[in-house]
Amino acid sequence: MTETFQGTKNYVASPELLGAVNIANALQKPLLVKGEPGTGKTMLAQAVAEALGKQLIIWSVKSTTKAQDGLYVYDVVQRLYDSQFGSAGVDDIAKYIKLGKLGEAFSADEQVVLLIDEIDKADLEFPNDLLWELDRMEFYIPETKETVRAKHRPIVIITSNAEKELPDAFLRRCIFHYIAFPDPEQMEKIVRVHFDKLDETLLKQAMEAFYFLRSIDAIEKKPSTSELVDWIRALELGGIDPDRIRKEIPFAGVLLKKDKDVAAMERRLSR
Amino acid sequence: MFTGFFYLLRSRGFHVTLSEWMTLMEALTLGLHHCSLTGFYDLCRAVLVHSEADYDRFDSAFLEYFDGVPFPEDQLPEELMRWLKKPEDVMREFRAFLNTTDYESKSIEEILKKFEERLREQKEEHNGGDYWIGTQGFTEFGHSGHTPEGLRVGGQGRYRRAFKVAGERHYRDFRKDNTLDIRQFQMAFRLLRQYSSRAQGEKTEFDVDETVRKTGDKGGILDVRFKRPRKNTVKVLMLMDSGGSMEYYSNLCSMLFQAAERDNQFKELHVYYFHNCIAPSVYTQPQMRREHSVATEWVLKNFGSDYKVILVGDAMLDMYELLEKRFDWRTKEERYSGMDYLKRFKEQYPHLVWLNPEDAPVMGGLWGESYGKIAQVVDMYPLSVSGLERAMKKLLVTK
Repeated sequence: MTETFQGTKNYVASPELLGAVNIANALQKPLLVKGEPGTGKTMLAQAVAEALGKQLIIWSVKSTTKAQDGLYVYDVVQRLYDSQFGSAGVDDIAKYIKLGKLGEAFSADEQVVLLIDEIDKADLEFPNDLLWELDRMEFYIPETKETVRAKHRPIVIITSNAEKELPDAFLRRCIFHYIAFPDPEQMEKIVRVHFDKLDETLLKQAMEAFYFLRSIDAIEKKPSTSELVDWIRALELGGIDPDRIRKEIPFAGVLLKKDKDVAAMERRLSR
Repeated sequence: MFTGFFYLLRSRGFHVTLSEWMTLMEALTLGLHHCSLTGFYDLCRAVLVHSEADYDRFDSAFLEYFDGVPFPEDQLPEELMRWLKKPEDVMREFRAFLNTTDYESKSIEEILKKFEERLREQKEEHNGGDYWIGTQGFTEFGHSGHTPEGLRVGGQGRYRRAFKVAGERHYRDFRKDNTLDIRQFQMAFRLLRQYSSRAQGEKTEFDVDETVRKTGDKGGILDVRFKRPRKNTVKVLMLMDSGGSMEYYSNLCSMLFQAAERDNQFKELHVYYFHNCIAPSVYTQPQMRREHSVATEWVLKNFGSDYKVILVGDAMLDMYELLEKRFDWRTKEERYSGMDYLKRFKEQYPHLVWLNPEDAPVMGGLWGESYGKIAQVVDMYPLSVSGLERAMKKLLVTK
């Protein structure tokens, strides 16, 4: 593996994160990324795919997702219908086997980047059910007596919001990285990536207000990076006088989503 | 290689396994540490640590092993030992050596400035960094026969960074022994799951998947299948200390209560309140007015031994509250002391834990006596996320 990931034009990553990506890549192990919401966990996979020029396959995990769904689904109902109407090809089970995202990634002709997004949303057992498949990069379909084996080991990136503890056996197979919330310096870089040109005072004031809001303990849902970007955009479009930003925090609704939090902010501002 | 670090991590409670260690070795062979201590630190952390909650502990262990532990002298190159003992001498030698080569004096000065800075730093921290500055710096220029790899010496700023990063302990807040929020309590409560087993019980739930599959297999002739339902069968009885010294922890307790309540994942959850220790009456409300009272006997009679019992309290009370027989206005008798009730609970409920928001008192302290007495009877866990997790695991096993 010669390619190394250096971040992209649109994605600013810390050196530690770059290191972790490259370690995982070189060791051919899945990279597990944790971090506060809005720290760009999902974006990372897109950036990696873009930077390495590979196709990105996203497996978005939901609370009802089963490990099996990622491998393949045997569409029995369709087969039943077809059999009743005497369609051709009912004998061919393979026709009713639909590969899931993991299956897709394995059978791709080129190396792909596979993002398993928010793995902690699924049942507690979910990660364990994938151990073998992620380890060996293959799985067996009993219906067709076929083994799907990865032609090119995909680069696997897994994100988690820490809603559930992941099992140890699973963790042991992963390279782990925790994306810390960006410090103002890093944040400035990130914001600049999103804007071609930006009024310096506006940026400075907005950043100050943003970190001020994050420092208020009473605020439960702290604003995140993507909200900051949206907010700056709103401030720009709204033509707000930059000098008012820090004092009044206009359009606070973009940053704070709970009534309680807005109230907490107002209490602090009126002091 | 660094096997001592492996055992240190294990002794610090990291469940590092051999396979992870081999992964690390493989990574080192591949040169993924980029020949720097920072790289090595990042690599170790990425491979061996699997939760940001452990970052802090890892940092301490890393510092402990690579920063403080004196290395056996015979492992160090002789030159290095000489340098470590008398850095100034080597410094002079090094300067003289550089002057003999036709190096631009400017770059020499730069290098030396950095080198001197490094030396100064080293005096400030006694053990700190000696080794790494030593070996790394020295192996670079020592090994290659003093060829002006002196720049590498300057490069040590990087080596030091790992210690800096580790030393700053950025991740202290993530430690699991902090008490955090409801969500984390909820996650801990999730551990308390015991599914009705698949092997027992009636098949009462319509199994759509299996029915479709079997029907499909039979070419469309309906074959209805049922399965055994899978539900959490855990029933919880929670008794919380309220008022008095517990006021201080009311927030924490209400979080715990909400976490248990909100999750709604237990088959049953019953909450009662008591003051200091279980007395003849417990209460349905934390205000503990008489109209809320319920006889403890009633509780014992109505909740069978299959309930898992969680007691929450600081276990700090006067010994008389614990040992004197308490008056029961219902029976007009004094039959059981707080301790007796605890023992009766313990007898009736094999799954019983005590969660304590207070740290264990120093032995012999004012309240230490009652704490110790109670801890002899019931298993006590701190009311933190990791304490709760351990308690929940305890509740699941029969012992």
